[in-house]
Amino acid sequence: MADVQVWVWRGDTSGGDFMPYKVAADEGMVVLDVVHRIQAEKAPDLAVRWNCKAGKCGSCSAEINGHPKLMCMTRMNEFPAGEHITISPVKTFPVVKDLVTDVSFNYEKAKTIPAFKPKPKDPDGKRRMYQEDIDRVQEFHKCIECFLCQDVCHVIRDHDENKRSFSGPRFFVRLAALEMHPLDTNDRIDLIRAKHGLGFCNITKCCTEVCPEDIHITDNAIIPLKERVVSAHYDPLAWALRRIRRTRPALQAPSEPQSKVPPSA
Amino acid sequence: MADFERHEYDVVVIGAGGAGLRAAIEAHALGAKTAIVCKSLLGKAHTVMAEGGIAAALGNVWPEDNWQVHFRDTMRGGKLLNNWRMAQLHAQEAADRVLELEEWGALFDRTKDGLILQRDFGGHRYARLAHVGDRTGLEMIRTLQNTAVAKNIDVFMECTLRHLLTDGDRVSGAIGYWRPSGKLIAFAAKAVVLATGGVGKAWRVTSNSWEYTGDGIAMALEAGADLIDMEMTQFHPTGMVWPPSVRGLLVTEGVRGDGGTLRNKSGERFMFRYIPEFFRADTADTEKEADAWYEDKRNNRRTPDLLPRDEVARAINSEVKAGRGTEHGGVFLDIATRRPAEYIRRRLPSMYHQFKELADVDITKQQMEIGPTLHYIMGGIRVDPDTEAATVPGLYAAGEVAAGMHGANRLGGNSLSDLLVFGRRAGEAAAAYSKRASPPKVDEAQLDAYAQQMEAPFQKVGDENPYAIHSELQDMMQELVGIIRRRDELEEALVRLERLRVRAARARVTGSRVYNPGWHLALDLNNLIGVSEAVTRSALVREESRGGHTREDFPKTDAEWGTKNVVVRRRDGRLVLTTEPIAKVPAEMRALLGEDKPTGEAATGAKTVVAAGDD
Repeated sequence: MADVQVWVWRGDTSGGDFMPYKVAADEGMVVLDVVHRIQAEKAPDLAVRWNCKAGKCGSCSAEINGHPKLMCMTRMNEFPAGEHITISPVKTFPVVKDLVTDVSFNYEKAKTIPAFKPKPKDPDGKRRMYQEDIDRVQEFHKCIECFLCQDVCHVIRDHDENKRSFSGPRFFVRLAALEMHPLDTNDRIDLIRAKHGLGFCNITKCCTEVCPEDIHITDNAIIPLKERVVSAHYDPLAWALRRIRRTRPALQAPSEPQSKVPPSA
Repeated sequence: MADFERHEYDVVVIGAGGAGLRAAIEAHALGAKTAIVCKSLLGKAHTVMAEGGIAAALGNVWPEDNWQVHFRDTMRGGKLLNNWRMAQLHAQEAADRVLELEEWGALFDRTKDGLILQRDFGGHRYARLAHVGDRTGLEMIRTLQNTAVAKNIDVFMECTLRHLLTDGDRVSGAIGYWRPSGKLIAFAAKAVVLATGGVGKAWRVTSNSWEYTGDGIAMALEAGADLIDMEMTQFHPTGMVWPPSVRGLLVTEGVRGDGGTLRNKSGERFMFRYIPEFFRADTADTEKEADAWYEDKRNNRRTPDLLPRDEVARAINSEVKAGRGTEHGGVFLDIATRRPAEYIRRRLPSMYHQFKELADVDITKQQMEIGPTLHYIMGGIRVDPDTEAATVPGLYAAGEVAAGMHGANRLGGNSLSDLLVFGRRAGEAAAAYSKRASPPKVDEAQLDAYAQQMEAPFQKVGDENPYAIHSELQDMMQELVGIIRRRDELEEALVRLERLRVRAARARVTGSRVYNPGWHLALDLNNLIGVSEAVTRSALVREESRGGHTREDFPKTDAEWGTKNVVVRRRDGRLVLTTEPIAKVPAEMRALLGEDKPTGEAATGAKTVVAAGDD
């Protein structure tokens, strides 16, 4: 079979450049296969993260011709013959070496999210939840933490200074999953507004477009959270009740009514 | 004295898959100062790839199910070579561990009554696997990861530990390096929990990721611990076979659990021809009964498509050898003609996605092409069943790296539950040990010697490409230590392993120490080759066929061998093998198993077919 040629960004914190590599092609090859072949045959120290090679772990995020993608799920036959193919590290996070970036921003943000706190069990000691009540949250749990949504989000992609006060789409998905969890009792609404910077997001939906798990980040996570923040903070009656009772306002999923767990059968 | 980063902990957990995270959560909860050290980013460990579910006798779908039946299924699936006490603890505690995940925020698929839904899997009498579509491992690892983070447990990510430190006969810590910087790091620890998984990357066709290089097994062996059952390797029957890029990638057993069936190239459901005597009474012998079983388990026996994995993998191997396989050396797995498209997409979303994106196959309309793939090793570090203590004081092991629980063959779904049950027990025991143990003494000379070993590839001018050595190892193990084994080939494998070991010592490393995969692989080769030798030597010793170990020259299951483990130790730099009696099952537990013993002849068919197809 013919050869394939790609330009891989090689470098480290002091800078770098695209280097051309040519290797043999195989049927069904993905970009990550090409990178592995380059490692094995031409550049043994080429740095790349990967694990499952099946789109399940979210390790091999990169920018292919400038588009944030998983290398393991990008087939070489997507590119017309002769197309100039570049592979570069994700832009939002600082480069460590070659295709590997320092993604510790995400792990630091994760530490600031108050944990799941379930309400008491049913009187018979069981937990009952209905499938239709958890479908939406299960959608959020599909997140593989590839951080491509973080990479593409212009709030932090082009503005490093925003990172301090903005957690990014991945964590809005995480916060929405907790807030919409039928059993959770923790209240994170103040934090979502003040600490995680939900207000920075102007719903351009770039994050939704790059999500390899097809999570509707903007429509199903971010917009409902924004509605919730608004009703909690800018509705004076809700605000007063909140102050007094510290209760959770009901959170409506955008398209379907969310029934709460019924009393035990 | 070597100058590098040092830390001191009560308990150091190596590995951050299900077992490691669960162990760390437990040790931390009991007040031990605990660290998690893992090779990849947190949340990327192999557990994330587990698809089908967690086996636990919750009894939500079939109230007849209970721990006794789960115990029986596990022991019979393991061809009675299991450590009975581990199988008992596992069956008794798995349900609590699953419910605990729910307390930590996991959201399993639900029954109509709002309880955790359970699905069918191979070797399990009842629908038993708690699951989330076909991404159960992701739910489990994220739940454990979030819990560990919320508890503020220290995590050292992308940090590879290579050697255990010892103080006399006890373990006193570990040494390795940060992958991003290449700088060395040492931990002094009262107790170390190994939760490093298996060694799949020694084979060419595997479902395992780069991390599976046998690190924990090699480290334990070096520190003087016993290994058992190393010949017991699991070839999962259904890995992808085409295109070459995805060969070996896992296709969940849930496809068959949800109604999929295996067919050869003429469309025949060939599994009916491969029902072994040991499972005949539990297995349907007509297509009608097999299909009815999915809906009515009281009046029908299980489909042979869901025989334990070793049986199905050997059957596929034989079909292909007999010329009844597909173009690319596999067989067909069909769910398209058996279940509605909507059902398939809902139950098996990641399989649908995986075949569509990577193989241009729509599994709601077309058959999948599949074949065996090295998936798991039942053997590993010998542990005490209750505490997961290895035979070296201060050392604990849980999950795939430990042995005994699964005997000669692991049932699907029993891995995730194993991680939780024995991860928790290992964390608990390690924390308790750390309370009574004296502070660890670090032997500076040992530290220096290990530091030099790790840095050596940079200091010499090698002439061997580590990637090429690894690739040859994978081809060799696939060809000579595959599904079907025989003496002359195993002996040839030992000769070749020795040659690879000599070449690995001359591995060439270029570039800096910053995130250098060539260097990492050069060091991984020692573990891969060392553990491959333990597998090969154990396979030579066991002169019978049982579970994940099939000998063409000893095709029968031998009752005498059913009473013994093959034990591997390292003494004076060499592997020493012995056989030792397995713990006898007490009468009241034996009564749960049924009286019959695994007998008969394994369908050896031929050599490892998937490799023979195109390599």
